[in-house]
Amino acid sequence: MTAEAPAITAGHAAALAAAAGHARRGISNPILGMILFITSEVMFFSGLFAAYFATRANNTPWPPEVFKGILNPLSLILVATIILISSSFTCQWAVWSIRRGDRRGFIRNIGITFVLGIAFLLMQAYDYTLLFGEGMTLGSGPFGTTYFTLTGFHGAHVFGGVLMLGVILYRGMSGQFSARHHDAVEAVSLYWHFVDVVWILLFSILYLL
Amino acid sequence: MATHALSPAVPAYRGGLYEWLTTTDHKKIGIMYVINSFLFFLIGGVFALLVRTELATPGIQLFTNEHVYNEAFSIHATVMIFLFIIPMLAGLGNFAVPLMIGAPDMAFPRVNALSFWMLPLGGLLLLAGFLTPGGAAAAGWTSYPPLSEKLAQSSPGPGQDLWIAALILIGTSSILGGINFLVTIFKMRAPGMTLFRMPIMVWTMLVTSVLVVMATPVITSALVMLYIDRNLGGSFFLPKEGGQAVLYQNVFWFYSHPAVYVMVLPAMGMISEVLPVFSRKPLFGYKAFIFATAGIGALGFSVWAHHMFTTGAVFLPFFSLMTFLIAVPTGVKMFNWVFTMFRGQLTFSTPLIFAVGFLTMFLIGGINGAFSAAVPIDFALQDTYWVVAHLHYVLFGGSVFGMFAGLYYWFPKMTGRMLDEGLGKIHFVLMFIGFNLTFFPMHMLGIQGMPRRIADYADPSWNGWNLLATIGGFVIAISILPFLWNVFISLRNGKIAGDDPWEGNTLEWATSSPPPPYNFDRLPEIRSERPVFDARHGLVGHGGHGGRDEEEAPMALEEGHRDSQGPTA
Repeated sequence: MTAEAPAITAGHAAALAAAAGHARRGISNPILGMILFITSEVMFFSGLFAAYFATRANNTPWPPEVFKGILNPLSLILVATIILISSSFTCQWAVWSIRRGDRRGFIRNIGITFVLGIAFLLMQAYDYTLLFGEGMTLGSGPFGTTYFTLTGFHGAHVFGGVLMLGVILYRGMSGQFSARHHDAVEAVSLYWHFVDVVWILLFSILYLL
Repeated sequence: MATHALSPAVPAYRGGLYEWLTTTDHKKIGIMYVINSFLFFLIGGVFALLVRTELATPGIQLFTNEHVYNEAFSIHATVMIFLFIIPMLAGLGNFAVPLMIGAPDMAFPRVNALSFWMLPLGGLLLLAGFLTPGGAAAAGWTSYPPLSEKLAQSSPGPGQDLWIAALILIGTSSILGGINFLVTIFKMRAPGMTLFRMPIMVWTMLVTSVLVVMATPVITSALVMLYIDRNLGGSFFLPKEGGQAVLYQNVFWFYSHPAVYVMVLPAMGMISEVLPVFSRKPLFGYKAFIFATAGIGALGFSVWAHHMFTTGAVFLPFFSLMTFLIAVPTGVKMFNWVFTMFRGQLTFSTPLIFAVGFLTMFLIGGINGAFSAAVPIDFALQDTYWVVAHLHYVLFGGSVFGMFAGLYYWFPKMTGRMLDEGLGKIHFVLMFIGFNLTFFPMHMLGIQGMPRRIADYADPSWNGWNLLATIGGFVIAISILPFLWNVFISLRNGKIAGDDPWEGNTLEWATSSPPPPYNFDRLPEIRSERPVFDARHGLVGHGGHGGRDEEEAPMALEEGHRDSQGPTA
């Protein structure tokens, strides 16, 4: 009947444009996807944190006598913490560089972030060997179980973040990013900040509280 | 038919096996989801029949020992929940949602393919447990510690570890799918398709996806803790070493209660599409339905401990109250559905019959669930067959009937062929009778105190009800045969469907059946939640529920024009 008259032409091209996320203003598809992914990661860590607090409330004294003072905040772990927090800043500088179209600045900053991420992982691994040396493992009661589960999953996420940083470093060096086109950089930086925030929480509850 | 002119006449599903295995087209992926889930439905059904055969009479007949029986019911439930209901609904959503919002595909087509392919892999991992020494997981689908811990008397074999790995994989698939749905719904709607003009099915998928993204990672955390306990010397859930078994239940149900809504909201969405079309009326209370859906989603996060009343470790009044509150938005929806049909011109096609099946059976499931929300009654009924009756009335009577309504409704759109009405009605009648024959007696068994998850029983007053339930189980199994035959013959010589065989309301009926790979050549103007109805009856511009966003529409239209002049110009 009258269907033809008011119909609009939204052809194949419009469809493709919409698929690529260019059809609308506002947040881009990949960045929204990353924010939702981070939401799911927050819930994953919430489960682990909840288990930590429930276990801690159920066991006194905490830490148990054998491991008293083993988690000293004023040690190598403080250096690792400062390194990870700094890497969040260098990551954000990289984002600001590419937003300005400064590719050299972007590569320099993301390269530094990449190296700092690896440094954190190496320090955590070394710290693990120290703890193992003092007899604290995943199997040494709730204290060891919660500590290594929480920091282990955080470390795995840092490792994932380092891989992502490696990919955008490589893509940046082959000139794939510009001031207009750098969704991947924005998404990876969001993830990296998330990993950083989780560590700040972990450091606070495991070492300071 | 007016809408016919809108549609391109392109044969849709070209290409052979390789094309299907590597596809990123949401329609093909959706169909693969449906086929894969249906295969697992049959596998889970075989386990159900084994369980019912064992329980038909007292004594141990079919299985060599109780442990094998435990494996059978554990795998039955796990397969039905995680490999049938959730992915089946996600698959139908995968097919329908981009079409319903006028999008060319999901936001992340390759992630979509990844989500799908994780499912058969997870299913195979789960079933591989039967090949290991000690057999498959046998601690129930809930896998509570200490039953699921690696202790000599519980689950020493690798079957439980495979169960954990499979569930983590399937959960990851769900999370990626949920993210994909959310980005698709928020970012890929056609010009003019404002949030409050979206079909109800899309709204329910939106709320479902929020639940999936927020809740599924929490069960992943429970599963990794269980894995660490079993294999790496952890002590999260081992009381002897300072852990707490109830901790697992809390973390597990924080996911698994919202998961109940993940399993039923999309089915509610499907019948909310079916009822208006076959009643020839708009949905009664469109916005109320949306707010009720959101309300169920929000309340769903605050009731998990009603599964744990008898642990003595939860605050009973709070969780009881919140559980009763869930009945409010659910009741609103009941009114929506009933008053949609009230004084409508009902056409009793198979989709409508299954939708009415949903309404009646879900009503019973809601009422017998409300009994268990009362703490004193729950203490009496905990872990009895009453619970089994309740959960099957909501998950089978609700979700599965709703899913079949959706399947009969969209089959013409998926394949271009109609399913046979006569066989469809035989399917419904057999399934409806078999379902009630199986699960209604379980209420009596529950009240008489028969515990769930037992292989043998000695009380002679339970014999009759158990035999009846077993007969019902086989009637359900037989009801699947006319359905399979129906699909088989309809694919070969079914009636050609045409673009819009049901005179539908939503955008998927504005393109060809099956749709072309890019979905739409042209879209009708979207001024209400029923754009195809508006186009058919020339009502464009007088749409119902988009008033608030009226000024946004012309701008969006302009944008559509500009884009269409891009590369084609």
